This record gives sequence, C-alpha cells and structure tokens, in this order.
Amino acid sequence: MRRTFLLEIVMIAVAVAFLFPVYSLVSLSLKDPGQISRSPLALPDPPTFDNYGSAWSAAALGPSLVNSTVITVVSLVALIALGSFAAYFLARVQSRLGYGLYILFLLGIVLPFQLGMIPLYELVSDLGLIGTHAGMILFYTGIQLPFTVFLYTGFIRALPREYASAAQIDGASHLTAFTRVVFPLLRPITGTVLILNAVFIWNDFFTPLVYLGGSGFETVPVSVFAFVGQYVSDHGLVFAGLVLGALPIVVVFLALQRYVIKGFSSGLKG
Amino acid sequence: MTPVTAGRARPAHAGRRRRFSAAAPPWFFAAPALVVYALVVLYPAVSGVVYAFTDWSGIGQDMSFVGLANFRTLLGDEQAMGSIGNTLLLTVAIVAVQNGVGLLLALGVHARLKSRALLRVIFFSPVVVSPVMVAFLWKYIYNPDPSAGLNGLLGLHVDWLGDPSVALWSIAGMVVWQYAGYSMVIFLAGLEGVPRELHEAAMIDGAGTFQRFRYVTWPLLAPAVTINLMLSTIGGLKLFDQVFAATNGGPGYATETLSTVLYKQAFVFGKFGYSTAVALVLALFVAAVSLVQVYYLRRREVTA
Repeated sequence: MRRTFLLEIVMIAVAVAFLFPVYSLVSLSLKDPGQISRSPLALPDPPTFDNYGSAWSAAALGPSLVNSTVITVVSLVALIALGSFAAYFLARVQSRLGYGLYILFLLGIVLPFQLGMIPLYELVSDLGLIGTHAGMILFYTGIQLPFTVFLYTGFIRALPREYASAAQIDGASHLTAFTRVVFPLLRPITGTVLILNAVFIWNDFFTPLVYLGGSGFETVPVSVFAFVGQYVSDHGLVFAGLVLGALPIVVVFLALQRYVIKGFSSGLKG
Repeated sequence: MTPVTAGRARPAHAGRRRRFSAAAPPWFFAAPALVVYALVVLYPAVSGVVYAFTDWSGIGQDMSFVGLANFRTLLGDEQAMGSIGNTLLLTVAIVAVQNGVGLLLALGVHARLKSRALLRVIFFSPVVVSPVMVAFLWKYIYNPDPSAGLNGLLGLHVDWLGDPSVALWSIAGMVVWQYAGYSMVIFLAGLEGVPRELHEAAMIDGAGTFQRFRYVTWPLLAPAVTINLMLSTIGGLKLFDQVFAATNGGPGYATETLSTVLYKQAFVFGKFGYSTAVALVLALFVAAVSLVQVYYLRRREVTA
C-alpha cells in the first residue's frame, strides 16, 4: 500500500534523526583531538582506536564492571527471594492485618527515597557499610522491594490456589509447595521483576555516588562520572569512555530485546 | 526511575470465602522482606519527617526542634523556591512532550511497517542506558560551538545549556529523547490490546482515520495513558541525575530542581534538617500527583 510505504519512509527518517546523538558519540570516540576541532560532524577519517585503550584504563572500567555486576546480581537474587515469598503470603492471607501489610508495602512505591535518604545514610554508616558492596545490596533490596512485592502479589492473586493445595494434600509443607510448585509458575513475572530491577540497579547513580564515591568500589555510572569530570575537555577520550560504560547493558539489551521491551511494557497487565 | 504499574488492587478478602484454611502461608514468609523494608524504607522515611522539623547538621546527635522554621526558610529561599518552579515546569514539559512523541511513535510503529521491529528497538534503546551517561552525551550535543553538535547540524548558534532562558528546556529535551521510547512501548502494548474487529466495525460505519482514533483507540488506551502519565510525572518531579551531570543546577539557579537543592543542602552545606524539609515537600508533590492521577484517570478507563 502506498500510504504504509510513505509512513515507513517518514518513520525511518525520524529514526535517523533520533540516532544523531549516537552517531556523534561513536564518531567522536574514533577521532583524535585535531579531527574533532577541524570537522566535528564528519565521519572519522581515518578512525583511531587510541581513545578506547586510554579510556579503559583511565576510567578504571574493569573493576567498576565487577562492582556493578556483583551488586546487581546479589540484589536481584535477594529481591526475588524476599519479594516472592512475601508476595505469596500477602496474596493468600485472608486477614485484615495481611491486607494492611500489603498497603504498607505499596506505600513504598510512592514514597520518594530522598525523604529517608539522610537517616538511611546514617544507618548504613552506623552499620559500617558505607563504601561496601553489602551496603549497596541492602539499599537496593529494600528500596526495590515494594515494587517487586507489588508485581508478584498481582500475579499470584490471578493464579489458582489449587496447585499449592494439591501439593499440600499430598503432604507437602507450605515451604515445599511454594518452592517446588508455585515459584516455577511465577516465571513470567520473575522475568519482568528481573529486567526492571536490573536496569534500575545497574544505572542508578545518586546513592552509589554518595555511598561508594572514592571507596574503590564504584559502580560503572559513578566511575564514568568521575572520569568525565577529570578529562572533560578531551571529547574523544570521554566519548570512548561513555561507549565502553554503556556497552555492557546495550549488548544485553540487544540480545534480549524482546523480553526487555515486554518487561517494560507489561506494566499494563500488572 | 521506579516504574509504577497500574494493577487492579483488590482486598485479598473481598468476595472470597475461606475454602481451604491450610491455603494461607505462615507469617514467616513475609518476615524477612518486612524487616528489610522497615529498615531501609520505613524507618528512614519516618525519621526524615522528624528531621524536617529540626536544625540537625548531620554530625553527631546535636539537634533541636525548630518547629516550622525550615519551611519558613524555604519560603524565603530564592534557590529553593525557584527550584520548585523549575521542577514543575520541567515536569509539565517532559510529561506533555514525552507522551505526545511516545504516542506518535507508537502509532507509527504499530502500523504494519517492514521495519517496525528495528524501529522499536532503536527508539527504546536509550531507556536502558544510565541517565548520567546520556546527560554527558547531550552536554556535548548542546555544545555552544556553532560548528559542532546540534548547532552544527541545524546551523544554529544557541548556548543550549549556558543560556538561563534555554537551559531548562534543553534538559527537558534530553530527558524526552531518552524516555520517549519508554512511553512508546507502553502505548504499543495498549494499541495491541485494541481488538481489530472494533476498527473494522467503525470503518464499515464510515469512520475516518481520525474518528477511529478518537472514538475507538483513544478510550481503550486509557490504562496506557494512566501508566505513562504517572511514570513520567513522578520521574520528572524526582529528576536529578541529568541535571546534576549536565548543568549542576546552573547557570545561576536556572535548572535547579528540588532534588539538586536537597542534595546540595545536605552534602555541600551540611544542613541536613533543612534538606529533609525540602525532601518532604518533594514527597508531598509526588504523593499528591499520584493520588490525583489515579483518581481522575481511572474514571475514564473503559474496557473493550
């Protein structure tokens, strides 16, 4: 159809314009300072990869990738374990107290974390966890629990009780019924929980800046922030650092794009 | 940004009878989560409310209650009051443009284009990147140099981040660029839920493209609109990373937001009591907006 064809051309043009910042990012990262000042918009001619080598070591990206990975993975495991167990209780309990507890968890979604930011810093500091992975993991587990519990509870409520009941009639305990029968059925929502929390934790900046700044345990965004501050005038180097810093999550996104987009848009079915 | 999902929350006990008493799991299932939640979210938030009425400096336990003094200071504080205005302007601009663009992109991509899968990935991809890194990229795109970045591309000579009358809108622009794809995928999920038969029926009745959008698609898109408005409003009100990385509130106080002010008051000036008072104001804005949106937008939701 001609109209679809026209729309296709328009949308591709929009996409090309949309990608202009990405083009700038990649092309500048492949230029030396001379090329950047002479022809900032042109393609790199010839491209140089020197910026990448220097950025990798100057931004300490190796250690930061390890820090980000450890913090993200352990937080996700804790969130899924604590969140799914709590949600199973909240979805199945019949008492008013149980419902009140559910509302209490939901409150955490609306509450901006800035309100408790300073008392929490004090608490984490008293526990001796400032500048440690454990402090960040505790923070993310707590701060993302309300949303995680909310997603799981909604899903479990729509799940027939008979699965667990059948297992329990066969003699299984609550614990076994949940871990063996119910939890595997939660896979779709576990995927959503995993994706949304992973993107949030990996990219979070404010708290790791305050908790980890200068500790040697910085996450990727904090390291990139410090690196850019230090080399601000060397655009080629800075952009090579930005490309390297963004690359891991972009690669994971491209590999799993269908699931990631589904996770982000599944809010509708909640 | 914490995504908020609009599930239909119903009391667990409504309309159900207790059929199998053993079905309710024991309390210890919820206990670990409750302990962590209370420690990391509830206790600090409650303390935050208390600190907002003190002159605490953040060092030691030396503090006294000062009543509403922090809020009176806030009313006379040019930087803080300006930041409230900036935060609201930024939020309105981001909500309107991000969702407008997101909806247009969704309608475009939803049509049966050959490149739709690729377009969807392209528009969505900035969402997964750290906002700080996106801000650094845009800081260069917004270069005042007339031969580089956006100026070079468009042949303009604007100091995007250095001109106090432009800087706030430039920040809104980079946020829209990053998150329009997020609105898009939520609208797309909504569009996919509109039954094709309804469109066909409307077409047979002689409805044009616009009428079909207005009377068939739009009412059924209401849940997607609710979620998108909530997500972008709360994200806009809390905006910090992008401002901190791109302008740090400047030039002057031109791009100062509630989040950058409360950060500076606490970690630069050591006024922790005052900082939590600003945080409390932010919390009230977020809570008010969430309640209003849930109440009004839910009423216009219909089902297919």
